[in-house]
Amino acid sequence: MSVLVQATPFSTEVQQEILFADTFGAGLVTFTGYLRDFSEQGAIEALELEHYPGMTERVLEELGEAAAHRFGLRGWRIVHRYGRIQQQDPIVWVGVLADHRSEAFAGCQFIMDTLKTKAPFWKREYMCDGRVIWVRAKSEDSEREKSWQESGHE
Amino acid sequence: MLTVRFFSLIREALDCEELEVAHHAELQTLEDLKGSLASTGGELWRETLYQPNVVHALNQRVVNTDHVLADGDEVAFFPPMTGG
Repeated sequence: MSVLVQATPFSTEVQQEILFADTFGAGLVTFTGYLRDFSEQGAIEALELEHYPGMTERVLEELGEAAAHRFGLRGWRIVHRYGRIQQQDPIVWVGVLADHRSEAFAGCQFIMDTLKTKAPFWKREYMCDGRVIWVRAKSEDSEREKSWQESGHE
Repeated sequence: MLTVRFFSLIREALDCEELEVAHHAELQTLEDLKGSLASTGGELWRETLYQPNVVHALNQRVVNTDHVLADGDEVAFFPPMTGG
């Protein structure tokens, strides 16, 4: 039931303990997103994430609440980095607790798919060859997010 | 006053992070504000703000440009989001 947006690295183990300190659920699903080491543009050295302070936290709160309501989650936590991110550092961590695995899997995937296109973050890749490139939004991400919207209105 | 904020590629293109704009009768909607920024700023501002994929936020919520503005509002312009 909580959101953390911070510039410094975080431990996924600690985040999971915080989630369990809040509540208990028989099914836990977590997702951790790391910096990839390549893109269509070549090898990546580091990443910088810009965000919209205030709006970011509110969007993530609303997203967690929406997932809890839709999938009957017992608990959820969303953690997202901003600023400069090095290889091996987690960028995002989502943990959800539910009574059954299907709700836990779906809740976690819903949060990740929606976060990609709704939370105000922008990635800039620092390439190994010295180029600096703003990441463009992918159409498959917005299609995935739309499919959740459509299935929610059935 | 209205606070206008720019993020990511748009901030870089305009070389502007934030500005304050006096709220007056001609600035009824977000579209009016966008038009006013484009005509004051010149061709670069017009091209940047009128790119087809620009996202508009009013008081930190994504909206369409027909939303009506009130004094004290915060408006933001940014490209599609790429988090996660």
